[in-house]
Amino acid sequence: MRKYLLKRVFYMILTLFLVATITFFLMKLMPGTPFTNQQKMSAAQIAVVNKQYGLDKPIWQQYLSYMLNAAHGDFGTSFQFSNQSVSYLISSRIGASAQLGIQAIIFGVVLGIIVGSFAAINRNTWIDTLCTVLSIIGKSVPNFVLAVLLQYYIALKLNWLPVAGWNGFNYTILPTIALGVGPLAETARFVRTGMVDVLNSDYIELARAKGMSRFGIVYHHALRNSLTPLVTLIGPYTVALMTGSMVIENIFSIPGIGEQFVKSITTNDYPTIMGVTMLFSAGLVLVILLTDIVYGFIDPRIRLAGNEG
Amino acid sequence: MAERILDVQNLKIDFHTYAGEVKAIRDVSFHLDRGETLAIVGESGSGKSVTTKSLMGLLANNAKVKGGRVMFHGDDILQYSEKKMQTIRGKDIAMIFQDPMTSLDPTMKIGRQIAEPLMKHKHVDKKKALEQAVEMLRLVGIVNPEERVNDYPHQFSGGQRQRIVIAIALICYPEILIADEPTTALDVTIQAQILDLMKELQQKIETSIIFITHDLGVVAGMADRVAVMYAGEILEYGTVDEIFYNPQHPYTWGLLNSMPTLDSKHLESIPGTPPDLLDPPKGDPFAPRNPYAMKIDTEKKAPFFKVSETHYASTWLLAPGAPKVTPPAEIQRRQKIYAKLKSGELSRTDVANLAE
Amino acid sequence: MAEEKLNLTPQDFEPVSKNEKGDDEKIAAPSLTFLQDAWLRLKKNKGAVVSLFIIIIMLVVAFGSSFFITNAQLVKSAPQYANLPAKIPGIDINGLNGKLKMGGAWVDAYAQNNVPANKYFILGTDYLGRSLAQRIIYGTKISLIVAIVATFFDLAIGVSYGIVSGWKGGRVDNVMQRIIEVISSVPNLVIVVLMLLVFKPGMTSIILALAISSWTTMARMIRAETLSLKTQEYVLAARTLGESPSKIAWKHLVPNLSSIIIIQTMYTIPSAIFFEAFLSFIGIGISAPQTSLGVLLNDGQKNFQFLPYQMWYPAIVLCVLMICFNLLGDGLRDAFDPKTRR
Repeated sequence: MRKYLLKRVFYMILTLFLVATITFFLMKLMPGTPFTNQQKMSAAQIAVVNKQYGLDKPIWQQYLSYMLNAAHGDFGTSFQFSNQSVSYLISSRIGASAQLGIQAIIFGVVLGIIVGSFAAINRNTWIDTLCTVLSIIGKSVPNFVLAVLLQYYIALKLNWLPVAGWNGFNYTILPTIALGVGPLAETARFVRTGMVDVLNSDYIELARAKGMSRFGIVYHHALRNSLTPLVTLIGPYTVALMTGSMVIENIFSIPGIGEQFVKSITTNDYPTIMGVTMLFSAGLVLVILLTDIVYGFIDPRIRLAGNEG
Repeated sequence: MAERILDVQNLKIDFHTYAGEVKAIRDVSFHLDRGETLAIVGESGSGKSVTTKSLMGLLANNAKVKGGRVMFHGDDILQYSEKKMQTIRGKDIAMIFQDPMTSLDPTMKIGRQIAEPLMKHKHVDKKKALEQAVEMLRLVGIVNPEERVNDYPHQFSGGQRQRIVIAIALICYPEILIADEPTTALDVTIQAQILDLMKELQQKIETSIIFITHDLGVVAGMADRVAVMYAGEILEYGTVDEIFYNPQHPYTWGLLNSMPTLDSKHLESIPGTPPDLLDPPKGDPFAPRNPYAMKIDTEKKAPFFKVSETHYASTWLLAPGAPKVTPPAEIQRRQKIYAKLKSGELSRTDVANLAE
Repeated sequence: MAEEKLNLTPQDFEPVSKNEKGDDEKIAAPSLTFLQDAWLRLKKNKGAVVSLFIIIIMLVVAFGSSFFITNAQLVKSAPQYANLPAKIPGIDINGLNGKLKMGGAWVDAYAQNNVPANKYFILGTDYLGRSLAQRIIYGTKISLIVAIVATFFDLAIGVSYGIVSGWKGGRVDNVMQRIIEVISSVPNLVIVVLMLLVFKPGMTSIILALAISSWTTMARMIRAETLSLKTQEYVLAARTLGESPSKIAWKHLVPNLSSIIIIQTMYTIPSAIFFEAFLSFIGIGISAPQTSLGVLLNDGQKNFQFLPYQMWYPAIVLCVLMICFNLLGDGLRDAFDPKTRR
């Protein structure tokens, strides 16, 4: 198990190193610097700022110092907000994004499990059809469309919840729903298929042959077996939340990473783009590693065979 | 006469498929006495598994019982509600499935899986139930049962798992144990162990067994009586000796003929394939493959002609006025043994030795 | 037994010859190939059939419009017609008859703006007075092109990568899997964004970015299936007979992988449509003067409070498109794998 973990951590670091390198050189490939387009600045002024940000040095030197700093969690200073370090920008905004993401995933997964197992138990009835139709719609309606609709009808028209901002739990409800509906639909579909499979399995037939009640079978045998694979979805969910946060935070004016990312993209703020890119990649790599470990704990078949994986 | 605990009368079951109604079980009747082992023998698709699933009320959703009764303790259990069936399943009628690799819940400790029926039917608390599970594990021959109750299924071999499945089935001391090809998925050496275990436990627990198999070789040592099934119908039934040494239906002849013996030089087979049950033949279902088929076989199914008190066969060859046919050499050999058995020249044990 | 009633005659006991017994190999149900069987099952799935129908209509309308609607035509603005609501001849429902809700009352926007009485915009106009219907059709076409081309690349890369990785096995497979692992631990959003920053935002770069970031799923599925197919007897037989690997791949692997490929494609297309819309919506994808569903949503969102129809119509088209592809994908999955739904 320890050897396995070490191997995984090594690949994690390798991945991050590659991402950092590729990001850096892609940024260098980009036409001009953020200051080139500023008409107010003279060539001399641009040279000064370039020097200030170290943009005049040879690329390999820039790369080296960038990588060294990045290893310490220092991604330089934002071009957009001068005097603000990228690490500070990110750390001051990560709280809102993390809270939103965690809320959305809890909302989506818990409701998704309920809807999915409900559909599987009542499969081929109208309940199943209804759940399936709802989850297809949930999967198909883009979250930013949903966000705009929620914002307009629930907040603006009905005045039930705040329109935008980040000042307490009430402000989190609409963005959580908008962000969580995708994972909800995905979870429901996944759980339904998994549970239908499990319910058709031999060991469920044996449980029936034991004389167990329908509820007993679902509660004691089907649920655990069909929920275990759900852990593998956490990785994709993380990606979906990162993507989603970019628009949702924008629409609801939430001071989070996603909103910052969009801003830095539109303003060519390379240090911030690189910082956020590294943050997202590190987050995903970590989540994937954690899910693998967690999966091993949940599924007894993997628990002991962990070394082989 | 022994107490008759299960009586299946004129059972008919259809399956609804995209292609149409598959008439899987067509008028099947048999009975089971207390303490005996009845073997139902047939090719795959002959309807033997479906028959037993209907006894348990475990038919697939697309199956429909079209007629007949299953009398258990004087009640037709086909009429029971799902709730009521739950009180019988696992308690009075238990089942062993074919594949031990997939019939245990992979995420539950085996002790708990064995204890479940006790907790459900006998309302034993969890601790006591687990203690009994340990005893049961010992009984089915799992070494070190105190420790192994806390293991998960993947930590056991196929043979051990089938022992565990047997333990689950027997934990409530059921009156009827249905074993659906319990050894098919196992290695030959393990097969014998499991069969011996079942015989041994049948004595200890005093249960009746319905033993389903496509393997006649397994039947000889296990069963008291045998029913031969083909294309959703029973063609012949009788005691083990009667079926093995005095078979009457050409299908049974074919089955016995295709059983390898020590001195068989090449393996006989029955040519052709079973009929399509979407459109079952109106006469004897075996007629198209039957080298002895007569005109009437293709027109009308034969009634059960009595051979002895316990032996009946549904073939027109037994009808009065039917021509005498010469069965295959192997069957003639067997009939000679039967004659010696009858006259007392050979004893039951001699025959058993002959079989080996 | 009731033997007396049987009334048997000696003729009944005549032996029958082989051909009199009838063909015992006869199968009552018509025999179906795998694809026919799947098609039959798909036809039973109403949702999938309707979806297929809608998708075909959308494809025909979107691509057929190329003869009538050009980008040049769409770029031309007509300020005198700006922000008109839908007006459909012969329909008198508020919202579809040229009337607009302003301050609680329905006002005829066409009359207010002195639009000629014979001028109809069946889905209204945008802020530059351009027909929304035309723009939606054109935008749908762009979105579909992006999605289909990206999916095609995704398919080509993913399938060949997966087959090679699964078929070669051993060290090659190991290295190839590590590469996939590294690529898929970078959020594809990040890849897409970086690509778009480096190349000029536009259709080509979106397609490239989508293709590069999304083929790993397909490759993984194909690899897993190839691994299991490789050990199948018929593939083994082909190998022992000395068939060349490329021939085996085409004759044995691809046909057996086809169901996975088709299903996965049906799921890749909507996610590509989503990604395009998403990127254009946040302003880093396709941008004016080009049009796509994402661009239209972005435009519509700005005025949503006052002119909700400008966002509703493209949103509905986008959602219907996504729903149809997802339903068709589900239908195909169930049709190819009858076990999943009984």
